[in-house]
Amino acid sequence: MKPTNTEHPDHYHRIVDCQWGCPAHTDVPHYIRQIAQGDFTGAYLENRKSNVFPGVLGRVCDRPCEPACRRGRLDEAPVAICRLKRVAADLSDDIRPLLPPKGDSNGKRIACVGAGCASLTVANDLLPLGYDIVMFEQHAQPGGLIRTNIPAFRLPAPVLDDEIALIVERGVDLRLNTRIDSLQSLLHDGFDAVFIGTGAPRGKDLALPGRHDTDRIHIGIDWLESVAFEHTDTIGENVLIIGVGNTAMDCCRSSLRLGGKHVKVMARKPRGWFKASEWELEDAEEENVDIVINHLPKAFIVEAGKLTGMTFDKLHYDIDEQGRLSKPRVLEEVFIPCDDVILAIGQDNAFPWIEAQTGVKLNQWDVPEVNTVTHAASIPGLFFGGDAAFGPKNIIWAVEHGHRAAISIHKYCQGEDITKRPPRGINLLSTKMGLHEWSYSNDFDETSRLQMHHVDLTQRFKDIKIEVELGFDPQQTSKEVERCLNCDIQTVFTENLCIECDACLDICPTHCLTITDNCEEDDLRTRLRAPAENKEQILYVSDVLPQTGKIMVKDENLCIHCGLCAERCPTGAWDMRKSRVDIPYAALSPTD
Amino acid sequence: MSFIKKPKISHPDLPKNKIGLTIRDYEGAMSTLCAGCGHDSISTAIMQAYFELALQPHRVAKVSGIGCSSKTPTYFLGGAHGFNSVHGRMPSIATGANAANRELQYIGVSGDGDSLSIGLGQFAHAIRRNVDMMYLIENNGVYGLTKGQFSASADKGSTAKKGNANPYTPIDPVLLAISLGCTFVARGFSGDKEHLVPLIKSAITHKGFALLDIISPCVTFNDHEGSTKSYAHTRAHMRETVYADFTDHHEEILTQVEPGKFKEIKMHDGGIVGFKRVDKTFDPTDRIAAISYIEEHRAKGEVVTGLLYLEPASSEMHAVLGSSEQAMADLPYEKLIPGKDALARIQARWR
Ligand SMILES: Cc1ncc(C[n+]2csc(CCOP(=O)(O)OP(=O)(O)O)c2C)c(N)n1
Ligand code: SF4
Ligand code: SF4
Ligand code: SF4
Ligand SMILES: [Mg+2]
Repeated sequence: MKPTNTEHPDHYHRIVDCQWGCPAHTDVPHYIRQIAQGDFTGAYLENRKSNVFPGVLGRVCDRPCEPACRRGRLDEAPVAICRLKRVAADLSDDIRPLLPPKGDSNGKRIACVGAGCASLTVANDLLPLGYDIVMFEQHAQPGGLIRTNIPAFRLPAPVLDDEIALIVERGVDLRLNTRIDSLQSLLHDGFDAVFIGTGAPRGKDLALPGRHDTDRIHIGIDWLESVAFEHTDTIGENVLIIGVGNTAMDCCRSSLRLGGKHVKVMARKPRGWFKASEWELEDAEEENVDIVINHLPKAFIVEAGKLTGMTFDKLHYDIDEQGRLSKPRVLEEVFIPCDDVILAIGQDNAFPWIEAQTGVKLNQWDVPEVNTVTHAASIPGLFFGGDAAFGPKNIIWAVEHGHRAAISIHKYCQGEDITKRPPRGINLLSTKMGLHEWSYSNDFDETSRLQMHHVDLTQRFKDIKIEVELGFDPQQTSKEVERCLNCDIQTVFTENLCIECDACLDICPTHCLTITDNCEEDDLRTRLRAPAENKEQILYVSDVLPQTGKIMVKDENLCIHCGLCAERCPTGAWDMRKSRVDIPYAALSPTD
Repeated sequence: MSFIKKPKISHPDLPKNKIGLTIRDYEGAMSTLCAGCGHDSISTAIMQAYFELALQPHRVAKVSGIGCSSKTPTYFLGGAHGFNSVHGRMPSIATGANAANRELQYIGVSGDGDSLSIGLGQFAHAIRRNVDMMYLIENNGVYGLTKGQFSASADKGSTAKKGNANPYTPIDPVLLAISLGCTFVARGFSGDKEHLVPLIKSAITHKGFALLDIISPCVTFNDHEGSTKSYAHTRAHMRETVYADFTDHHEEILTQVEPGKFKEIKMHDGGIVGFKRVDKTFDPTDRIAAISYIEEHRAKGEVVTGLLYLEPASSEMHAVLGSSEQAMADLPYEKLIPGKDALARIQARWR
């Protein structure tokens, strides 16, 4: 293999698994250390820089960072990254004085359609540059899907209100109760650019017999919205939820708080093929929601105008050697009684308000064609982000879309080429403080992941507004932060200092290091001192070593960043250096 | 020395040996030696050898004298028995322990100072008795623990850190051992585990006294230019002569090595030591030839490494003495101390 190019900004970034896995690239280990040091405000700002809504995301993020967390690969649960974010948000001081104010007007007006997280991020990034932002929202309150689709027992409204206010109060012209029904006329209103962040607002329907013979069949996201705005406050005792994604979890748990007694979530496939996050399933099951597998909906049974239940085909699947499901076999038809049905089987984008004469090119699914990097649509000055761009994803992706679109809008308004993206950078700083002292807590902490405490089952159903999770207390926080492996504290190697004494190889607790003859990657992976089968993780390969001409190889997969290699190296050939990835934003060029 | 202990967390897919242990089960306490010391590397090679042979740590007794090298038994095989004796006196402790319990495997760890200066007499007599043990000299040419004075293995003309040259001719433990009738003599280098581990495995399997002289650079006091025991000097002047490759399955070796370059010897317990001869003229079972070969290369400033002499059919101490088959430590009290009457009977035999 060729010596690894560690100069490439992605090299060390990839090693910080959580940050690499986060769509917005939040510097997780950095903010966890800030929390460990009691700097909650700093941790909040660090989060806000990339993910804009730490209080919201610290409760309801899909957490792609956690499955990516290195700790999970060491036969353990990942660090509770998301819940530590909430700690920062809960304990942060008021950061208003620390945010950049709206810049002097640069004379450019930007329209944002929808006041969800994508649009709000665009506004957040463009305000300091002096853009005038006009934001249109069909509802009486801003927030978009975060407000309408996430129940209050998971995300209390004040948390959302506060984080939206941090943006809006700096000078966004927010027009509530204003629905945009025609893109054509909006484009004629003289905006310099238009950003569309309207979400994926149409829940999928289920065309089965009896569907329209009753008013007790609800579309999941519409039903959640009407619960959120308190238009709906009751439901029957027996409720069936169709679908087993995260929306289904919110629907079943909301039902329990509105009068549902026997709530069943009906899944077509076995466990392991559910769309819902594992932790959301756990939370629902803790509340005694019954998750029924292998049931295919067949018909709604309505007798004398009243919904009495549903029929299902009970299915059987075989699982083949590769762990794939076979085509199902129908075992029997079953009837399950209910009073209400909630359909939570996915969402579609709908753009009835984008007229043909705008010239916006639609793709094969009838949604606008959007560039995945610039977020530009086919006509100049029009940008999309969030679920409106590429269909339902999640909040953190919507935020990242907002950042990218803001960069494009800024470039577009300055007459620059939007395809020329500002590059990422990387900074490295030694953490050596003394002979065996580092400026980070390098010892491995064996503590298991801490359990989140919940409001008692007897209490929590009294009011839909009671937040179920209590958040980590100070003791839990102080333990959980130590579980972080500091993957941003990088092992940096200088080959011409190495005397091949093997001290680093011998001390490494997870057998990451090998000195061997060079060869191609597949071969090299078999020559390492421990199995190196995770090819998603890189091998670091040094240049030739001075004494024998061999190379130093490091399998990055299981390094716990303990710094022992650097401590045991007599010549300082290994050093532990903190890496900081520079992520560019429209306004803020990041600094440490 | 490090402030934190080596964390217990390990690679989740570490291979297990025949008795279900991973290499980490052969570790000891965290080393307090200087970072980069060759001795630490030897400890790792010992763990690797025991892991590969799938031996049980608690069936091992580690004995040592005084010195940085003699501290190392603490750093491997934490589950083994151990005795850290006084300077140069490890051989008699080992002899006594072996006499009392022949069931254990003995590892003696010593330094060039410990064995070739103060302990030379003891060293010689343990060889002469052919005590069944693996005896390691972690050879760095200096007294590391007392801050780097030349030891008896330092080469003439080799310089100390401050520049003064050593005026004395060295004692070569390998030549000394062969001349004393040692039945297994090998030399390795701490910086070359690929060859050191099989040497250690062969030494463990040898029935009788197995001497391993291991060049083990002292990074702090003897790794400078002018030293002949540094990493760089050893790498440049090492002459690998015979690779020993210990295995239970000799077919494997036969297929790997060119014909004519291969020789195999059956060890005491049925295992096989295969030799891959880098130098075709060399035969490790020919004692006189071995001595002259080593001398010849020494004259050229080369350090010959590998398995240098082996006499597989050796009679170790107990065989020579005809002592009890059962370990004395396990004999019932009445048998071990048969009492006045028995003593009287024995004495009567010489009256
Ligand atoms: C009876 C006695 N004499 C002298 C000493 C001082 N002393 C301690 S270690 C040592 C030499 C150790 O050299 P070596 O065996 O080569 O070990 P190294 O530290 O080099 O590994 C000496 C002379 C002692 N501890 N006891
Ligand atoms: S920091 Fe060094 S010693 Fe620690 S796990 Fe990583 S490579 Fe191994
Ligand atoms: S400890 Fe340092 S000098 Fe020794 S092998 Fe490792 S990098 Fe090289
Ligand atoms: S003084 Fe020399 S022999 Fe002793 S621990 Fe340090 S490097 Fe090793
Ligand atoms: Mg010494």
